[in-house]
Amino acid sequence: MSALATLTGHYLRGTFKSRFAVVFGAVQPLLYLVLFGPLFDRSGVGSWDTLVPGLLMQLGLVSSGLVGFGIVFDQRFGVLERLRVTPVSRVTLLLGRVLKDSVVLLVQAVGITVIGYALGLRAPLAGVLLGLLLVTVLSIGMAALSYAAALTIRQELFPALMSTVVIPLMLLSGALLPMSLAPTWLDVVSRLTPFRYAVEALRALFAGSYASPAVLWGVVVSLVFVVVGMAVGTMRFQKENA
Amino acid sequence: MIHARGLTKTFGTVEAVRGIDIDVSAGEIVGFLGPNGAGKTTTLRMLTTLLRPTSGTATVAGHDLFADPMGVRRRIGYVAQGGMIGPITEIGEEMELQARLYGMRRPEARERVADLLAEFELAGLERRTAATLSGGQKRRADIVMGLLHRPGLLFLDEPTTGLDPQSRANLWEHVRRLRDRDGVTVFLTTHYLEEADALCDRVLIIDHGRIVASGTPAELKAAEGAATLDEVFLALTGRALREGAAA
Repeated sequence: MSALATLTGHYLRGTFKSRFAVVFGAVQPLLYLVLFGPLFDRSGVGSWDTLVPGLLMQLGLVSSGLVGFGIVFDQRFGVLERLRVTPVSRVTLLLGRVLKDSVVLLVQAVGITVIGYALGLRAPLAGVLLGLLLVTVLSIGMAALSYAAALTIRQELFPALMSTVVIPLMLLSGALLPMSLAPTWLDVVSRLTPFRYAVEALRALFAGSYASPAVLWGVVVSLVFVVVGMAVGTMRFQKENA
Repeated sequence: MIHARGLTKTFGTVEAVRGIDIDVSAGEIVGFLGPNGAGKTTTLRMLTTLLRPTSGTATVAGHDLFADPMGVRRRIGYVAQGGMIGPITEIGEEMELQARLYGMRRPEARERVADLLAEFELAGLERRTAATLSGGQKRRADIVMGLLHRPGLLFLDEPTTGLDPQSRANLWEHVRRLRDRDGVTVFLTTHYLEEADALCDRVLIIDHGRIVASGTPAELKAAEGAATLDEVFLALTGRALREGAAA
């Protein structure tokens, strides 16, 4: 336990040393918020209360999806191997990173939400806090999968591959435009991806309908996703040669 | 300190290590030599719990490699060939983290880091990043990383590769002092045979995954009727280039 706290603290200090990196990780949803949000708000499709939850999901996917890039350098410079010869368990080595990533994500998500409020978001505080919690939980699974992918595929392919995976998942989740607008085939495909349910749960939470089926489904799917993500990440970390 | 019997490692169909026995006593400096691709690094990675042997048995620093890898990890230090510290982190910070991962509390970790930095002529460089250190300083910092928890057994994978002769001689002094003063057992790989000759009490030569010779440098030279360890090495492992082989 103390090794986990030590590792997480170490990684957090390292990340927040460069505030630029924390902002930069959220730059994509931030740009959508500022440059696309005002259009969306006037489009008649939905308001800030529809868009901001979607952008939080985009943040969770993009920011956490790319965290694996950091481990590529640790692997190249022998840092990972050095840690693997210490008595710290492999699971703790993974968890230390993932917890750091979820804290970073939470900070970024709070930033997006606050700017959203400044632009016109009017969601109840309780719903926003629950929504942030849901995104953070989801990001843990995403980060673990990202590390597993980074240790598995050739390092020069990692950024390209992650973008190729993350962008369709983000579009299919209905993060930018609600899937209620979609033709049937797209709606069906969207229902096969986990983040669709999380986005709908987020929107329901932001709308204050906490006991809706959308929230229930979103929570269930997110929890399953985290369990699967952590299981895959742990397996990859426990493999030799990682 | 190390007792290995019949260790093998197979990657797919490639037999990297084909059944080796290794015995290292406490307080020895043992050199592990062999051409590229002979199985040196694979063996080292097995003995340091990074790679699971395909078969065989081994006790390392008093703990069974298979049954108690955590026990092994607590008692060994490992300095990898490619380095241990990322280029953009402050070395003092990395060292403190490493010490704390072995269970030291922060004040104790700081003190230990300061002591070792002084001992390895790195005092005052703790705020520097690894990228700004000279080759010799960087290597000494890597070794400090492997010593923070006072291991009784230290594995060094090609510790002097790429260093100038001054830095190399300096590193030998540090390794000797570790053994003479602190009683640390050292198991190191090297391609510099004069280094093995000057520094090691005993050498093991591995080729094609098997130990082909073992003894003191003097014994090996006498057995092969050779003047230098280089000649012994070439007589035992042949002169053919090993360019196709991986490390």
